[in-house]
Amino acid sequence: MSVGAVSVLRLVLRRELTLSFRRPGQLLQPLVFFLIVTTLFPLGLSPQLSLLRDMAPGVLWAAALLASLLSMDGLFKGDSEDGTLEQLVLSGQSLTLIVIAKTLAHWLVSGAALVVVSPIVATTLAVPVEAFPIMMLSLGLGTLTLSWLGAIGAGLTVGLRRGSVLLSLIVLPLAMPLLIFGANATDRAIGGESAAGALYFLAALCVFTTTLAPIAASVALRITLE
Amino acid sequence: MWTWFYRLASPPSVYRVAGVFAPWLLLSAAVFIVYGIIDGLAFAPPDYQQGDAFRIIYVHAPAGWLSMFAYTLMAIAGAVGLIWRIKMGHAVAAAVAPVGASFTVLGLVTGSLWGRPMWGTYWAWDPRLTSELILLFLYVGVISLRAAFEDPNRGDRAAALLAIVGVVNVPIIHYSVQWWNSLHQGATVAKFAKPSMPGSMLWPLLAMFMGYMLFFFGVLCMRVCAEILNRERQASWVREVVRA
Repeated sequence: MSVGAVSVLRLVLRRELTLSFRRPGQLLQPLVFFLIVTTLFPLGLSPQLSLLRDMAPGVLWAAALLASLLSMDGLFKGDSEDGTLEQLVLSGQSLTLIVIAKTLAHWLVSGAALVVVSPIVATTLAVPVEAFPIMMLSLGLGTLTLSWLGAIGAGLTVGLRRGSVLLSLIVLPLAMPLLIFGANATDRAIGGESAAGALYFLAALCVFTTTLAPIAASVALRITLE
Repeated sequence: MWTWFYRLASPPSVYRVAGVFAPWLLLSAAVFIVYGIIDGLAFAPPDYQQGDAFRIIYVHAPAGWLSMFAYTLMAIAGAVGLIWRIKMGHAVAAAVAPVGASFTVLGLVTGSLWGRPMWGTYWAWDPRLTSELILLFLYVGVISLRAAFEDPNRGDRAAALLAIVGVVNVPIIHYSVQWWNSLHQGATVAKFAKPSMPGSMLWPLLAMFMGYMLFFFGVLCMRVCAEILNRERQASWVREVVRA
């Protein structure tokens, strides 16, 4: 039975989201991790609000990158262990499409969720409310880009025993431009300046990875599953 | 034409050619490096601003340049292996990676030794230093990804894909790091203007570039030979070579 591209996307997306919401504990873990990591900094440095505001962009961004990488490991793992992934590869549908759907579903429950809770964390770091829209927009673009990069990494490490550390090792260097521009945009928003330049750059990176990363990730999966 | 190419890229012929080239490359590298070191360290005039400390450029600049060249070569060799399924591409990529990583470390170490007298600190978050550091991380990623697979075939292809993804990212990282620092503050470190270098300083530097290049390819040939022997250890021609 042949299925159109749109319905492949829709079916895989729905399956992934259903599976995620059946395990709400796993869904919450990266968010709690995000909260805990950001708590470490005031405790470790100083609770002084002016200092916190200065470091807020870096802390928020580094914590967000780590939190969404943490869950990246599971992108293909579960499906690979129970054999679903092989069936998806053999289904005759474009693997790239399947990767797109899986990554988007993953981003919706990890990256987008991080964006939603980020104002809470930002408030504790003394980020002014006026900076929230820019911060959330930059985090949204950044975590989506990271999901695409992470999909390549997850595809490359899917069959490996200690894949999760290796995944961070290979994805984090690639993600450094995100940290630079994301933190810069947030920093400018806090200072009341225009963050357009950094946001455009984040958007460009997002479009770039959205175009190419699914192809690279599907090649990675074919290599590791073969 | 393709059969000719495939025959040339077969393990025994690559082994033979690399084995012949290696000693000549290393020998000529030694000539260039000895000249460059002596002329650069002893005879080139001291810099009017940096004094004798500038002489570390003769060790530092070629290492930094080769670190990027080696990464590109690794990605190209990996792509050749991945796309045309030429095994030797992967062997070359596997042989390049540790050499390139060593040059990156050399560039970072000599750079920070140079930074101490010039900037007053071993490490500054200067764009060039930072992107060199990230390059080292990329190397480490590729090397450990290859090592993580039990099946060498998969490890090769996975590492090749990662190297290609990395090479697409290198310019992005390079420019974003540059803009990141310029967004915060102007250049606080004295920039070395290369074209304004007099010939007496430039010749030993060019000789060092040449020497490093030849040394790199000489070591690469040796490593490729070792890599081939290890990979083809089941083949009959390898047994004959080893027995001889």
